[in-house]
Amino acid sequence: MQLASLPVVLPLGVAALLAGAGNVLRRRALDVITLATSAAVALVSALLVTASTGKVVVYWFGSWHPVGSSRFPIGICFMVDPIGAGLACLAAVLVLAAFIFSWSYFESIKSLFHTLMLVFLAAMCGLCLTGDLFNLFVWYELMTATAVALCGYKSESPSLQGALNFAVTNTVGAFLSLTGVALLYAFTGSLNMAEAGRTLAANPASREFLSVVFIFLCAGFLVKAAAFPFHFWLADAHAVAPTPVCILFSGVMVELGLYAIARVYWIVFSPIGLPAPAGIRTLFLIVGALTAVLGALYCFGQRHLKRLLAFSTVSHVGLMFLGFALLDPHALAGMAIYVVGHGLVKGGLFVGAGILLHRFRSVDEYDVPRGLMPGVGALMLAAAWGLAGFPPFATAVGAAQMEQVAKLQHREWLSAVAIFADALTAAAVLRFSARVFFKLGRGKPEVLREAPHIHTEVETRGDHYHVPACMWLSMILMLGLAIATGYVMRGHVDRFAAQFESPDAYAAAVLNAHPEISVQRESSYLDAEYSASWWWNRALAFVGMIGLAAIGLYPRTRKRRKTNPLDRALAGIVLHLRTVQTGRVGDYVAWFTLGIAAYGALLLFAR
Amino acid sequence: MAEIVRLAGYAAAVWLFLTGLYGVVTSRHLVHMCLSLTVVQSSTYVLLTVIGYRLALPAPVFTDHVQPASATVDPVVQALMLTDIVVEATVVALLLAITVRIHRKSGTADPHEVDLMRG
Repeated sequence: MQLASLPVVLPLGVAALLAGAGNVLRRRALDVITLATSAAVALVSALLVTASTGKVVVYWFGSWHPVGSSRFPIGICFMVDPIGAGLACLAAVLVLAAFIFSWSYFESIKSLFHTLMLVFLAAMCGLCLTGDLFNLFVWYELMTATAVALCGYKSESPSLQGALNFAVTNTVGAFLSLTGVALLYAFTGSLNMAEAGRTLAANPASREFLSVVFIFLCAGFLVKAAAFPFHFWLADAHAVAPTPVCILFSGVMVELGLYAIARVYWIVFSPIGLPAPAGIRTLFLIVGALTAVLGALYCFGQRHLKRLLAFSTVSHVGLMFLGFALLDPHALAGMAIYVVGHGLVKGGLFVGAGILLHRFRSVDEYDVPRGLMPGVGALMLAAAWGLAGFPPFATAVGAAQMEQVAKLQHREWLSAVAIFADALTAAAVLRFSARVFFKLGRGKPEVLREAPHIHTEVETRGDHYHVPACMWLSMILMLGLAIATGYVMRGHVDRFAAQFESPDAYAAAVLNAHPEISVQRESSYLDAEYSASWWWNRALAFVGMIGLAAIGLYPRTRKRRKTNPLDRALAGIVLHLRTVQTGRVGDYVAWFTLGIAAYGALLLFAR
Repeated sequence: MAEIVRLAGYAAAVWLFLTGLYGVVTSRHLVHMCLSLTVVQSSTYVLLTVIGYRLALPAPVFTDHVQPASATVDPVVQALMLTDIVVEATVVALLLAITVRIHRKSGTADPHEVDLMRG
């Protein structure tokens, strides 16, 4: 069906036109064209979600269908299923919101910004929809290249360093992924995911070989997803990227790394249960837990809002990894809802940062004049509420589903990690908003001593004494959608997740052209209501959030010289952690090597 | 014989990857770092070419002497390698442009001195 190629072809075509006609078109025309294109892509992706419910929509480029009696795939295909199309829809909606934010006020050099954003959208949609391993790598590299160009867009010294760190770490990861693809091709003879899975099931390889191939394949995607020793680049990139670009980075680009890992695992490696499912579970539980805890600790020790939000993204992606590690359709459905809710809430928070930057030329907690813009402050508080995973936001629905499955698998410690991460990251945003927008707080906590103070250039033009309506609209739109999607998606995503985890269905659809699927994996827990223990968990997270924010806002009680012991304890941990984040790309790549070696060893030796 | 060629190719790929990685980690000049990244990328070219190689078979160009549907070296990996080179060219061009701008703005190309992102 040609519809499947539209989410990629449409933005690329329009981007090519804009690149050519950028000299001639006025800014208003550029804005309208890009808004229309991203709205069209969102619409097409939503149509693809409904069209692929209960089946897999397969589109072979150039009509190169599988040949011969063994149905060997010789072409490149897009295999569209509801979760992939849904993620492409999220990307398009976030791009739409980013373009609304940047309407007419964002500094754009001719049509450069608009062209790059559309190519970025095309690459993200391509990654969501593709069914071919090398095609996955190509879309990944296109996404990285445009993201680096967008990250260094402002061309000032910090931007360039952030872009450099981003480019080098992601490229090293990408080429290790390509090594994994090459090794898999050497063994199975095919680049098509469904065919590779089918061949592996028929001719099982040694466990050691598959463990190595799996960890190599996942290397690039782990870097993109900012998992534990590979997360250093994310904060540097976010601190300097323009606001509309940050919305996309945190909202959907990082989650695409996790999506690629899940897709490759379920289609290629799961039919034979190799590497051992116990190994996969252990690996991703460790990755998720480390990422969630460390990301939250780093988050609390930042005074630059964009960097703070970047670390909270790292932490929440850790929670998503924990949801994936449970290897259950209900948990995967919860993770999908959580991704959507988190992306929209994070987008809203970044728009708030963009508003601060536009008005006060700074996003630093102590440089911004205090007590102004209570309306924006109220929206930021609402977004912090959503970030912590409280109802009515979609994050609450998703997190509740993941915790249900965790309890069923007797892994209650996952709830403790989630409470810690949610409380600490929401407390950081709450502390920032309360101090800046509502003039609460006195003094500086120990946790913020020597926190990085990065100078951020203004990215918008026009009158800096008023907040344009487009920025308000963008923020309200994203927060509203974050609430609405929770209600719309609840209960429907389980079917999609069960479909995602059925590799035989994909093989049948892609290779034999039988698109209707019969779902093999039934979900283990189908109740969509919130349980009593979940409410207690949320209450605990709420109390933790208020308490930690209070420590951050009022560190010194009753005129003592030193701050209170909780603040000093937290500062002791955070200050030591911050010495690891050196800002030097050589150190980041060294951590990458260590991380891949450690995770590979874990996979090889886990029983 | 084919095994020796294959092993030599794999060894070359591993050596290139590790050497390039060492160069990126310990580099003190950004241009050197970009070129070490190129070395890392070259390891995948060697790996891909070696995977496709078949001993004593012709190149996949079908002429009067080489009939279609006869055995040749694998053409798919050669196409992958060319795509890989294009991707590498894009990324390295972007990185070198960033390097030139960093040098213009701060007068140095030493990654240890461009130190704005600590913590």
